[in-house]
Amino acid sequence: MTDFPWLLAMIAVPAVGAAVVAALPRGREETAKQAALGVSLVVLLLAVLATAAFDVGGERFQLTTSVPWIPDFGVDFALGVDGIALVMLLLIGVLVPVVVLASWRDEPVGRRSMRTFFAWLLLLESFMVGVFAATDVFLFYVFFEAMLVPMYFLIGSFGGPRRQYAAVKFFLYSLVGGLVMLAAVIGLYVVSANELGEGTFAFDTLRQVEIDPDVQRLLFLGFFVAFAIKAPLVPFHTWLPDSGAEAPIGGAVLLVGVLDKVGTFGFIRYCLPLFPDASRDLAPYVLVLAVAGVLYAALLAMGQSDMKRLVAYTSVAHFGFIALGIFAFTTEATTGAVLYMVNHGLSTGLLFLVVGMLIARGGSRQVGDYGGVARQAPLLAGVFLVAGLASLALPGTNSFVSEFLVLIGSFPTRPVFTVLATVGIVLAALYVLLVYQRTMHGPPRGVLLEPAPEASAPGTGSPAPVGGGGATAATATLDAPAAAPARLRVHDLTPRELAVAAPMVALVIALGVYPQPLIDLVEPAVAATMSDVGADPAGVTPEAPGGTD
Amino acid sequence: MIEAPDLSLGALAPFLLVFGAACVGVLVEAFAPRERRHPVQVAVALTGTLGGLLTTLLLAGERQVTAGGALAVDGPAVFLQATIAGLGALSLLMFAERSLDPARSAFVAAAAVPAGSPRDRELMTATRVQTEVYPLTTFAIGGMMLFVASNDLLIMFIALEVLSLPLYLICGLARRRRLLSQEAAVKYFLLGAFASAFFLYGLALVYGATGSIRLSVIRESAAAQAGGGVLLVLGLALLVVGLMFKASVAPFHAWTPDVYQGAPTPVTAFMAACTKVAAFGAILRLLYVGFGTSEWTWRPLVYGIAIVSMVVGAVLGLTQTDLKRMLAYSSIAHAGFLLTGVLGYGGGADGTALGVSGTMFYLLAYGLTTLGVFAVLTLVRDGDGEATHLSKWAGLGRRSPLTAAVMALFLLALAGIPLTSGFTGKFAVFRAAIDDGAWPLVVVALLASAVAAFFYLRVIVLMYFSEPAADGPTVGVPGLPTTLVLAVTVTATVVLGVIPGAVLDLAEQAAGFVG
Repeated sequence: MTDFPWLLAMIAVPAVGAAVVAALPRGREETAKQAALGVSLVVLLLAVLATAAFDVGGERFQLTTSVPWIPDFGVDFALGVDGIALVMLLLIGVLVPVVVLASWRDEPVGRRSMRTFFAWLLLLESFMVGVFAATDVFLFYVFFEAMLVPMYFLIGSFGGPRRQYAAVKFFLYSLVGGLVMLAAVIGLYVVSANELGEGTFAFDTLRQVEIDPDVQRLLFLGFFVAFAIKAPLVPFHTWLPDSGAEAPIGGAVLLVGVLDKVGTFGFIRYCLPLFPDASRDLAPYVLVLAVAGVLYAALLAMGQSDMKRLVAYTSVAHFGFIALGIFAFTTEATTGAVLYMVNHGLSTGLLFLVVGMLIARGGSRQVGDYGGVARQAPLLAGVFLVAGLASLALPGTNSFVSEFLVLIGSFPTRPVFTVLATVGIVLAALYVLLVYQRTMHGPPRGVLLEPAPEASAPGTGSPAPVGGGGATAATATLDAPAAAPARLRVHDLTPRELAVAAPMVALVIALGVYPQPLIDLVEPAVAATMSDVGADPAGVTPEAPGGTD
Repeated sequence: MIEAPDLSLGALAPFLLVFGAACVGVLVEAFAPRERRHPVQVAVALTGTLGGLLTTLLLAGERQVTAGGALAVDGPAVFLQATIAGLGALSLLMFAERSLDPARSAFVAAAAVPAGSPRDRELMTATRVQTEVYPLTTFAIGGMMLFVASNDLLIMFIALEVLSLPLYLICGLARRRRLLSQEAAVKYFLLGAFASAFFLYGLALVYGATGSIRLSVIRESAAAQAGGGVLLVLGLALLVVGLMFKASVAPFHAWTPDVYQGAPTPVTAFMAACTKVAAFGAILRLLYVGFGTSEWTWRPLVYGIAIVSMVVGAVLGLTQTDLKRMLAYSSIAHAGFLLTGVLGYGGGADGTALGVSGTMFYLLAYGLTTLGVFAVLTLVRDGDGEATHLSKWAGLGRRSPLTAAVMALFLLALAGIPLTSGFTGKFAVFRAAIDDGAWPLVVVALLASAVAAFFYLRVIVLMYFSEPAADGPTVGVPGLPTTLVLAVTVTATVVLGVIPGAVLDLAEQAAGFVG
């Protein structure tokens, strides 16, 4: 079965699924949901089977397919995966069905059709698979940009109150980055044409082209800007909190869980191997951005009152860690970074999902509108706690392994940056535990309060309900009469929500306890990347002679 | 004794057909009974242009200079003539649409009646249609086809006039908002006349410097006087100004927004698509054939103009609230992108320029998309004709999903998003420019694309993410002609984005000039 075009199937199945779902007649919402779930499960199955067909010790790129696409540009429709891309495909495979299930009961504003939502979601899945599976730089670029369109519509049509602003900001930021990268992509092609006599976009060929260091630096910057916007590093991050906060929960999970990983994936796949000299020269600057991101975003996260924004800021901090791991140039740190990419998708995805469940109950995104939920919804609180702890990298959760690997791998080469980043872990504990404590424990309060028998003063300044949910009649009375113990009108997780959370929780813990299979899958690809960049694969002295540190 | 010049009838067949159809159209106008005219005129005009398209396609691969050296039949000429004929035929279909406007036509019934007079109000609601527009347009198409094939400057000038004069006229023929339309026509005519004068003056200077109007002779002469006579450089600059005006390149763009807005929408579509192709065809021929050996004379000029055009188009486009004006600025920005392709002077197979094939592909892709956009514009109407104000488009995605989806596709293509023809075109021209070392220009172009993307996106935001207004416009059900145009343009936009290989191949094979 190794000849089966797994990757092509993983791109085609959701694309066809999207067309089918979009073509369903009005009113067949249930069929649309079931079809979307079915298709996404098929993709998961394909991802698992592809992993089974992948030979860990074998060639770098496997499961390859290649057909000429635009011969005049020298472009092939070339697909293939290494270990790094493969784990990302697995992550996509897991997240999309979870997201479909989590969006099952969403009621978009203005009676928009959920059919469209699921169609865009499946199209997005198709493009996401494509972006990780492409081994042709042009094809990668095409998927990279095309991916924007479905996400743009997901945010703009199905998001929160400021969705128009967020959608346009998201699109423009990514587009600017993408266009700068396009210049570099064309530049790379022209350089290859000068070196090899015939231009090519094939990654494996480009990797072997010797590029003049000055040109390398320009091209590196072209790619870097696009990826730094995508995986927001600090000065380029401002779109993420807006998009993360306004996107529908399902969109937000895929946005930070997968879409943004294209940025860090791009660092590893394209920046490092194609421009090794420039990567080494410019690494200190990148590390400054990375560590600044870890600290700055953590501080900002603490200051957020909007839960979705808070989670988005935690992601910015995490992306700082990932970038630190990548640009430390040791196999351990980069393996840690790749693991981090997967684990962040799971833990932050779970955090977004559980926050979404809470918002669906209360209709408000403000931390201050909730309190004491744990007493009446212990399961919800438990999942929240697991997600939070995974997010702050408690040992035993998946994130611990990756964060630890990043730090321990970076320390030998970049001790100062590593020590600074460690402060971020403490901050992470603060922002996660504070929000957990405020919403889940303490006296019951906020928008979920049972209306008092004689309704006294109506709402005291709590924002208008957002996105439907069960908050239509909820009037907040912060100073409820002290005589009767206040009760919350909240129900615990429904079976559907349990089905959403359970696999995620299971993965968070399983990968925390036994991450070895993932490490085995990733490590050869990372080692190959490290040898491309000229770092010592053993990971002790990765500095090139005459390094700048 | 005057010797008859050598004429290849085969090579002239496209012109004979198109101009023949135009002349027949004039006769039909004079002799056919009024109620029969419309279908007959449409049939004649379409036969002419489609015949022109077919005969042009038969000439593919031909390389010769004919008609006493005045006409070139080569790859670029054939490719661009076919493009013009095809786009022209589609525009004619849009002209022929009769089911959208309650008065059955986008054109005024009697252009000579003063706007606002009692007679005009009477005619406003009459279903009488005016059909002079078809022969006029056919003449313009013929002029454009001649423009891209002219091998000497005088023929080029004549072609310029043949294509311009009918355009000035048909700009003023809108049935609604007639004053705006007439203002547009006058503005276009005045500025166009200036541009023609520039061109003519440049022609005279170049003739003075080189002693010939034949492009190939100019080329040799220009090569001989490397370092450049003042006359030659000045003449070249004036010629370029004249052509850039037609191509609506900033800073020679001032007419574009007003004329695009005032002209009847099908005419705007025709101008935006076909005139651009013709003007860039002439620019390519003039610069590559006439001044190909003295690249240094025009390179800095074109480089600068390209930047100005992209920046002006993208930035001023941001502030527009009328869709037709916005598309006018978009057309100015695209003219700048096209110029980056013109700069790609080399790199192709067999000594041809990558820039030529890239620019030609871009022209085809852009022309089709632009026609499509304007066709969608004719569908969305309120009581006062087409609803081109941006705010009217709010919530269209909900009210009329198909129309909005088609519009969104075209806008994404204009923004250059991958998997649409716009991206392939941009890639082709930018590759040519970078290959020639003009990467700073390409970086500017990419930033301008990002700015321009904002105003395309704004329309999508309005259509999809805003709530529909209570008294919004209605979306007309297009008749067969407009449906056909939309079908062709949508298909082309997608196909040229997803599998552009075949057409790119054609463009590449057609990149060699003769002369």
